[in-house]
Amino acid sequence: MARRELQEINAGSMADIAFLLLVFWLVTTTIESDEGVKRQLPPPVPEDLEQQEVKEGDVYNVRTNFRDELLVEKKVLRIDELKAGAKDFLIATGDGILNPVRDNVILDDGNMMYPERVWVRKTELRILEQSYLGAGQVKRAGNVRQKIRAIELFGGDYLELPGSALISLQTDRNTSYDLYLQVQNELEAAVNELRDELASAKFNMTYAEMVERYERSKEASLLDRILAVRLVYPQRISEAEPRDAGATYY
Amino acid sequence: MGKFNKGKKRAMAAISTASLPDIVFMLLFFFMMTTVMQTEEEMVKVVRPEVSEVYKIEKKHLIRYINIGQPQDARYGTEPVIQLNDQFSEAAAIRDWVDVERQTLAEAEQTKMWVSLKVDKDTKMGVVTDVKQELRKASALKVLYSANSRERTGS
Repeated sequence: MARRELQEINAGSMADIAFLLLVFWLVTTTIESDEGVKRQLPPPVPEDLEQQEVKEGDVYNVRTNFRDELLVEKKVLRIDELKAGAKDFLIATGDGILNPVRDNVILDDGNMMYPERVWVRKTELRILEQSYLGAGQVKRAGNVRQKIRAIELFGGDYLELPGSALISLQTDRNTSYDLYLQVQNELEAAVNELRDELASAKFNMTYAEMVERYERSKEASLLDRILAVRLVYPQRISEAEPRDAGATYY
Repeated sequence: MGKFNKGKKRAMAAISTASLPDIVFMLLFFFMMTTVMQTEEEMVKVVRPEVSEVYKIEKKHLIRYINIGQPQDARYGTEPVIQLNDQFSEAAAIRDWVDVERQTLAEAEQTKMWVSLKVDKDTKMGVVTDVKQELRKASALKVLYSANSRERTGS
């Protein structure tokens, strides 16, 4: 018998097989993404905590009930009206885009109440910083310096929201989770839109872009700007302590 | 003298494709190594809400999940239940669960743990509130309400 040369196995189809496997893998694996609304829960409240006095006008009350309805500052609101309402609360007494103080804002018309923004002025801050430094209160002096930095970045004094101004959210146990999250989302959107507006006007970049860029580059100058914008529009959303189950129903 | 046989036509040498499978296998392995398999199965039905202000957690290994929703298996009823790891639990068990999960992280990262709440959008807030209260007691304060992203409305 004639000796035959060993036939080489054709490996051409090997690539196809591997491709098939690859495609199978690509199609079947779902890249698990986890995104959503970020929140920092408050630490547990000590039992003997004293109730703090809060000016009624400084709180934007949002309540949801078991029929998924919203009661905002004593008025029934639709969910798509909430964002505009929250924005209005934050800038009613000034600092839309840096300082447009509205005329004829009634702080309390018996229905809707607004927090009153107060001027922070650079000259006053300088004196304050010195006095804190003199008293050895380094952290407070640092906070003041942050405000001075903000004024320098904006190129002018700004109106500050009082420390007690916040958005308070009270949820009934029978509210749907969807509504709850939409409320959280709209409130956050209100703050974020104001921040975007200010950041684009002053730094030619939206707030979201600044944060994204900072996370990649960690530029100190960018952080200063982010903090400055946050000083004007702080995100203060507080959730009321859940009430007793019996009391929450009707 | 050297001969140049210009005139003679030569067949184009076929490019060897023998290394193609290797390349593809390399790709395949790369994908196999990098994709994280979902380690726990969802035992509850979760339809995530849609929100516009999403935050994406970059470091996935810091996330621990709590699923809340109707059981997939109708034999367990239709009331929303809490799923921790691979089993149904009571809200009261969350504190221990947080402690155990925290131990699985490196010491330096234990304070950075995220708890992702995957909650069905039709769930009533009562269960979620209970879970949140337990998380606060366990000092697991960084919470992500898992949701899909959408565009902002209006503006």
